[in-house]
Amino acid sequence: MPTLSMLLVVSAALFCIGLLAALSRRHAIFILIGIEMMLAAANLNFIAFWRFAPQPAQPIGIMVAIFAIAIAAAEAAVGLAMVIAVYRHFRSTNVDQLDRLKG
Amino acid sequence: MNSWITSNVWLIPSAPIIASLLILGSGKSARAAAVAFAVIGQIAALTMSIFAFVPTLHAHGFRAVQNFTWFTFGEQTFRIGFVLDPLAAAMLLMIALVGLCIFIFSIGYMADDTNFSRFFAYLSFFSGAMLGVVIANSLLLLFVFWELVGLASYLLIGFWIDRPSAAAAAKKAFITTRIGDMGFFLGILWLYHRSGTLLFYDGGRGCLENASLLALGASATFIALLIFCGAVGKSGQFPLHVWLPDAMEGPTPVSALIHAATMVAAGVFLVARVYPIFSVGAINGVTPSLTVVVWIGVVTGLMAALIAVAQSDIKRILAYSTVSQLGLMMVSLGVGGVAAGIMHLLAHGFFKALLFLGAGSVIHGLHHEQDIRKMGGLRGLMPVTFMTYAVGMMALSGVPFFFSGGWTKEEILHATSHWPRSHLPYYLLLLGVILTALYMTRQIIFVFFGGRRSGSEQAHESPSVMTLPLIVLAICAILFSVVLTPAWPWLGNYLTGRPARFDPHLLIQPTIIISLALVGAGVSLGIWIYRRAGETDALQHAQPALFRFLENKMWIDEIYERTVVALSAILARLSDWLDRNVWDGLVQDIGRIGQFFGRVTTSADERVINAGVDEGTSGAQGLGLLMSRWHSGQIQTYLGAVALGMLALVLLYAWLG
Repeated sequence: MPTLSMLLVVSAALFCIGLLAALSRRHAIFILIGIEMMLAAANLNFIAFWRFAPQPAQPIGIMVAIFAIAIAAAEAAVGLAMVIAVYRHFRSTNVDQLDRLKG
Repeated sequence: MNSWITSNVWLIPSAPIIASLLILGSGKSARAAAVAFAVIGQIAALTMSIFAFVPTLHAHGFRAVQNFTWFTFGEQTFRIGFVLDPLAAAMLLMIALVGLCIFIFSIGYMADDTNFSRFFAYLSFFSGAMLGVVIANSLLLLFVFWELVGLASYLLIGFWIDRPSAAAAAKKAFITTRIGDMGFFLGILWLYHRSGTLLFYDGGRGCLENASLLALGASATFIALLIFCGAVGKSGQFPLHVWLPDAMEGPTPVSALIHAATMVAAGVFLVARVYPIFSVGAINGVTPSLTVVVWIGVVTGLMAALIAVAQSDIKRILAYSTVSQLGLMMVSLGVGGVAAGIMHLLAHGFFKALLFLGAGSVIHGLHHEQDIRKMGGLRGLMPVTFMTYAVGMMALSGVPFFFSGGWTKEEILHATSHWPRSHLPYYLLLLGVILTALYMTRQIIFVFFGGRRSGSEQAHESPSVMTLPLIVLAICAILFSVVLTPAWPWLGNYLTGRPARFDPHLLIQPTIIISLALVGAGVSLGIWIYRRAGETDALQHAQPALFRFLENKMWIDEIYERTVVALSAILARLSDWLDRNVWDGLVQDIGRIGQFFGRVTTSADERVINAGVDEGTSGAQGLGLLMSRWHSGQIQTYLGAVALGMLALVLLYAWLG
């Protein structure tokens, strides 16, 4: 049986991997994947805290996680649509080249 | 060992899935490692399937179930599990064996491909998911594996990603099956609502066991029909059959494994698995849902057989033949011949994989020529392919006595002739048998007989890594008939859980005379029509209008293009128009109000305030220049700054306690 701190360590590791992916990958889709991993880490935290709460019988944590998953799905759809739109416009999904907002 | 495997059947699908992950992990250049992992994974699955098969032989009606809790949701626990019964064990053996043959064939067929290891990773992944479908003991778990095989199918149809036609075919397959799966999923939800469990067998409380079947009541018909939607999509039944012929854009071993032998048969398997739901409240073996199954099957079987007569791509003919045979299996299930349908499924898995691999061998030998009108005279050039292809052709046509397809087809005809509601399906199936023999004769005459034509000048026999699987499958297609004969109907009784007795008097049945006559009629009709096979089709000369109708697949694709696709295009254009004119206009109008105020303030600004501010701006400009350097436009730099800021806040929080 895993303890709360074990789950939190896994979640923190997942978050860091996702953050690293979002910061270092150059391809827009990999950045999206990194963001999804960070969301997954947050969901894992919800579930973990819910599971080890005084009253795990009330499915609050799992409901929050399910909502977060649904929102993440919508976000991924929007994000992928934006990647496609960006690709059509710039003929590239390399985020290094997308610097129109440069000051 | 035996009891160990029955309580750990989940190991069977995990072997190929682990192999798939190892292949993906070992990189693109590790071609030998990819083959080794894939083949070892498949051999492991086959060995375990054999060990799992043995205990099911000892006891009739054997069933081993292991259920476990997946998650607890408040008061409710959701459980999934695995089941091993004769149906699952027979399917496991067929899938693992056919899969292994196709894996070995692929080593030769895909030898020149740059993405060789990715191919084997997908193939192993498919194999694992398909084995999972068979042993799932929960409708939801089955659905998960069902979608995984759909994903594998999508990835493999579009394997040659640089071909636009392959990408379009993959998309079409995925979206078309998704329409059916939508119904399937609604059926699952409805079933869960009514029975409170999705486990098939659970010691009397499963959804296929009497207590919850009684609770279903009248809704059983609708649930069954919704589940059947999924089967229609996956098994290419009318009206969702359009994706299957297009799926031939994938590599030929994929067509053999996924779109002939295993995945498309999953729909038939699904109906057989949840058969108790279909037969709730059956009077004389007839329920409304089963009647729908019969008619869908009949329409599909006949329509696809008609279309197959007028196709000229060697793989498309086989694809339509698959659609037609799946229709036949559905009819068999619908009229109550569950064992006959599953037997035909198993036999079909062997001989259709054989035919597709034979077609692959021909395509390989002819340097990717697929048009049968350009082939011809390959009998002498590719003797092994010819011999094995002829075995497959005779098994598919249903030649009795020596070929498995003959016996199973006869069983299906026998079951259909006793359907109490109508005799029309029986006569239509007889017509289908003639057509099957006709189009297979046409194909074999065009490809292997006659003189050589433009495509077959440079033909050569395939290497032994490709011919060996052909020989193995041909032997299976012949030897399999031993357990199918009415004299010793071992397999049928094994599936229904009764002991089999040997009785040679039953060998000759009246239906066998009928099917012999029909196959003979079909073959001789084919020989008579195509006796002078040339670059053109004899039927095309005699009946150009009919031929064009069939060649264009009854214009079903075009009808969909004009109706369903056009409708969604209109909807898309409507929302585009709404966006551009209504919402945009609204936004612009509000913007205009802002603009008006802007103009008012501009004039006030320019005349009154400007002079004073000009002084201040030169200072601000310098600051602005400094600040603008921070704005690199690099989104990841911004994100990094956010992350650092967050870290600083966390540290601050920790420091303050």
